[in-house]
Amino acid sequence: MLKDFFTISLNNLKRRKLRSWLTMVGIFIGIAAVVGLITLGQGLQTAITGQLGSLDTDSLTVQNAGTGFGPPGSTVIEKLTDHDLKVIEKVKGVKSVTPVLLRMVQIRYNNEVSFELMRGAPEEPEFYEDFYESQSMEAIEGRLLKKGDVGRVLLGNNFAKKTKFGKAISVGKTINIQGGDFEVIGILKSSGSLLMNDAVITFHGELKDLLDIDDEIDIIGLKVENGKISEETAEKVEKALRKDRGLKEGEEDFSVQTPSQVLGAVTNILTAVNVVVVGIAMISLFVGGIGIANTMYTSVLERRKEIGTMKAIGARNSNVLMIFLIEAGLLGLIGGIIGALLGVGIAFGVAFGANSAFGSEIIQLSISFPLVISVVTFSFLIGILSGAIPSYQASKLKPVDALRG
Amino acid sequence: MMVKTKKRKRKTPIIRLRNVAKHYHMGDETVKALDEINIDVYEGEFVAIVGPSGSGKSTAMNLVGALDFSTKGDIYLDNINIEKLEESDLAQIRGKRIGFIFQTFNLINTLTAVENVMLPMIFQGTEYEERLAKGKELLTKMGLEHRFTHLPQQLSGGERQRVAVARALANDPEVILADEPTGNLDTKRGEEIAKMLDQLNKEGKTIILITHDMYVAKHANKIYYLQDGKLVKSHRK
Repeated sequence: MLKDFFTISLNNLKRRKLRSWLTMVGIFIGIAAVVGLITLGQGLQTAITGQLGSLDTDSLTVQNAGTGFGPPGSTVIEKLTDHDLKVIEKVKGVKSVTPVLLRMVQIRYNNEVSFELMRGAPEEPEFYEDFYESQSMEAIEGRLLKKGDVGRVLLGNNFAKKTKFGKAISVGKTINIQGGDFEVIGILKSSGSLLMNDAVITFHGELKDLLDIDDEIDIIGLKVENGKISEETAEKVEKALRKDRGLKEGEEDFSVQTPSQVLGAVTNILTAVNVVVVGIAMISLFVGGIGIANTMYTSVLERRKEIGTMKAIGARNSNVLMIFLIEAGLLGLIGGIIGALLGVGIAFGVAFGANSAFGSEIIQLSISFPLVISVVTFSFLIGILSGAIPSYQASKLKPVDALRG
Repeated sequence: MMVKTKKRKRKTPIIRLRNVAKHYHMGDETVKALDEINIDVYEGEFVAIVGPSGSGKSTAMNLVGALDFSTKGDIYLDNINIEKLEESDLAQIRGKRIGFIFQTFNLINTLTAVENVMLPMIFQGTEYEERLAKGKELLTKMGLEHRFTHLPQQLSGGERQRVAVARALANDPEVILADEPTGNLDTKRGEEIAKMLDQLNKEGKTIILITHDMYVAKHANKIYYLQDGKLVKSHRK
């Protein structure tokens, strides 16, 4: 009997094609938004986590407070210095410290200029090997920097493309950085990380000399003795720096971050963004639900005579209720399916656009079937809920009144 | 085709209306659509209820067909007082024991001719194959074997009413309740439908015909005359 009711309901929707489509638009915009934004959000989270992976996430980092995610050194506050490096080195549990400089530099090549973020790599083999490993750095052309390299630079994969300077840079070429000539010693393999694809790396000392930096450090990376990064070590480092700078708790002009804190902060931001967009999409779904309710009310009014006829030929109230509920549910279900397909399509379209713009597979999406199934089910339920009252009213119509139309 | 011509008359009428009244309140005024009506319909009879517009014919049909409740009095189907039944039981009675034929055909526009005939059987839980076979059989009986998959709007008025007659017979009811079945048809098609009712009566169906057309009413073997909600006379052939 249920199958027959489905056929009857589907026929009714087909008969009112335009109205059914217009009603479903309200639903599938909401569902497309939910699926599209969540799918993109997940891809974005993976991408951002990947980007953060290019920072030294296996170590604690100490930065000037307020530097945040902007280029370090871009704010005028008390800089980290070699003295701070020594203070941190003495903290119990700290195995080693590495000064890091990250600066915007002007690069000239093929008569074109580009501004890039240049990073100083650790000088000692045991540290730069660690650095290479943590970043999964591998040269597809030439080699990585090694001890004794002077006036040499390692470039990210984007430099091997024409897009940067109108001409690809290859190993052995000379590029001009901030007025100084550097020989390209290696090109890195393409990475999921934008930072790594645009990387310009030389040794720390060379960058200091090039930019005439005396006693300034942007980030201090540190490794802990047992290899496990703990909040406890972070607190000790914070305490030591506070004491050295004569600051009270809460007045810190520096920040000590563990990778989990960085990732946690980003995840929190993304979660907040997701909650907001899903909230907006929910409002859209709510409006879609009202659309279904409105359509069903109109439908009941228009079909009073039909309802009366069905009752006259033996339909029980429950039969009429079921036919109308299925009709409302189908509006939600079909709207949900179209919306989910549309959402996935939009997400992949946006990701494709973004990847094309960045010239890298930075946003990698995957279809989450549990997500698709749950939103389609949810949409079906919205349809049923929205159609519940009109359907109930249809079922409760007195046959004699309904037959009058 | 087996034609049952013998009419078995029982002592107890299949339908009894006892002192039935239906009043409507319109503001301060009470309109007596039906007032103290007593009607007996025996199994196998062809009864016509006639009267001018506003005489209460349709109200009487609604009450007999368990589509509405009276203000006063009792309506018995066999010995069951249908005024005391729940809506779900009334639905069962309407679906199983009474076949309705309406003036405006009342076919479901989204369903084909055969699906319209199959619809009452869905509500009785009949299996698809059985429904389809019965639907086709009834339409063939009505001379509509070439119209199975046509939608109502693709059929002429006479054809639509024949589909409606087939639908009324779907669950093999004892009583056929026809409300102005020829009202929307020309004389020729109207006569065809009236003869069809005659034929059904000969096959053993109890027919209750509501009409204002005396020419059609003459097919019945008992006629009740209604005027201003009151039964003014009855006439047996």
